[in-house]
Amino acid sequence: MHPAPSIIAFTTLSGLGFGLLFWLGLGLPDSTGWVAFAFWAIAYAFAVGGLISSTLHLGHPERAIKAFRQWRSSWLSREGVAAVVTLVVMGIYGLGRVFFDASWQPLGVMGSILALITVFTTAMIYTQLKSVPRWNIMLTPLLFISFSLGGGALMAGQEMWAVVLLSVAGLVQLAWWSKGDTRFSEAGSTLGTATGLGTLGGVRPFEPPHTGNNYLLKEMAYVVGRAHSQKLRIIAVSLGFVFPMVLLFLPFSHFWALLAVLSHIAGILASRWLFFAEAEHVVGLYYGRRA
Amino acid sequence: MTTLPQSTEKKLGLVIDLDTCVGCHACVVSCKGWNTENYGAPLADTNAYGADPVGTFLNRVHSYEVTPEEGTAKLIHFPKSCLHCEDAPCVTVCPTGASYKRAEDGIVLVNETDCIGCGLCAWACPYGAREMDGVEKVMKKCTLCVDRIYNENLPEEDREPACVRTCPAGARHFGDFADPESNVSKLSAERGGMDLMPEQGTKPVNKYLPPRPKDQLDEVDILAPFLAPLDDAPGRDLGGFLGWLDKTLEKI
Repeated sequence: MHPAPSIIAFTTLSGLGFGLLFWLGLGLPDSTGWVAFAFWAIAYAFAVGGLISSTLHLGHPERAIKAFRQWRSSWLSREGVAAVVTLVVMGIYGLGRVFFDASWQPLGVMGSILALITVFTTAMIYTQLKSVPRWNIMLTPLLFISFSLGGGALMAGQEMWAVVLLSVAGLVQLAWWSKGDTRFSEAGSTLGTATGLGTLGGVRPFEPPHTGNNYLLKEMAYVVGRAHSQKLRIIAVSLGFVFPMVLLFLPFSHFWALLAVLSHIAGILASRWLFFAEAEHVVGLYYGRRA
Repeated sequence: MTTLPQSTEKKLGLVIDLDTCVGCHACVVSCKGWNTENYGAPLADTNAYGADPVGTFLNRVHSYEVTPEEGTAKLIHFPKSCLHCEDAPCVTVCPTGASYKRAEDGIVLVNETDCIGCGLCAWACPYGAREMDGVEKVMKKCTLCVDRIYNENLPEEDREPACVRTCPAGARHFGDFADPESNVSKLSAERGGMDLMPEQGTKPVNKYLPPRPKDQLDEVDILAPFLAPLDDAPGRDLGGFLGWLDKTLEKI
């Protein structure tokens, strides 16, 4: 799949933003006033920034409001609704923390649960697609949620939780890759099933329908990045999980903490880039993009 | 509503005969023409005369080579457009309700004024039946020529999809699969109409007819033993005008 920068930024940033909101909703850290304001500002910058970034890839962003309508059937719509509700609930809870030195905890816990639901709905946008076998496994929501919780803990300064959850997220990442690498062939779609001609013999593409490029090839048969996938996987795991954890074991300083967060973000960006670039759509079969 | 109808009154769709299709792309051209000049956003071509032309099409013809275990390879032309699936994954993923499947006839359509151009429906379709228009930035797909098939301003013989109307080989057939007595239901039953990628669980309405077995190669070979020696037989005499021509050409 085409790794659109706006979508990579969206899933990475809003995932971290909602992850941070999860911890803030639980009262971790137990901050009020200006400190709370700083935490909320960072969380909203990530969450809202990600959401705005996601509208950049729309053909008609001016109609984006219509996307809230079909929550009964569409995970994308549900994601929009969940994100807005979470931001409203956490906003009210944040007002208490910042201005009234108050912790309206039932509201906060509700916000935390909603933040997790939002990340889950984001993941389901991809998980639901049978046409992209690599994504179509239940490890995908686990991947998004574990990233979100681990990264959120890191940003919320919850060192112990960050170490535990980043380790978990790293393991989920490795499991997701290992499972994902065989998913396409397991899903069973071949050029033979795609054309129905497989029962007659071996099928191979003879002549494509067009000599130039088209939307399908640009969007769904992206092959450029797969060449470096092993190197990028090592970079993603090192920067995303290993290096931040090493920094967490050093004596606390804001510099190390910032470096840990930046390293984590860079790692997750690499992972998310691979998430799209390595994902193969079954339509590629018609073009002989997979034997 | 992007939830799918429980069932549809009619199941309008196509039968595409892979045995008959000659790969002329006339259906591609007529589809592009009708859907550019009529309903909805025109199908754009960008950089049409430049180095990297890209165009939006609702119907494309691939060609595949099939090599059986025994016998010679076959060339199969393979037109592909929206299959108007009963379990259309493109419809349920749509966040705005722009994509829908009609309860009356099962046609899957896009309401272009509601489409935000997110592209998720094109991702959800395993068949590559949807393409985002390069200029209008809304999702385009086969409408089964909904503006022809019910159009009383057209002569009756034209009230079928443009691709079906134009096919010179008669490889495309249009009808109602909900009616077991319809032309398409009977054709599909007789010839073993196939679903594409049944493992995707989309329940396509359109059916593809597999190519029939071809003649055996050895039957064509009867004349070969007589033709081969003629060419290099010494002192050959064909007689008559051909003989004279043969000798004259030999001397030159």
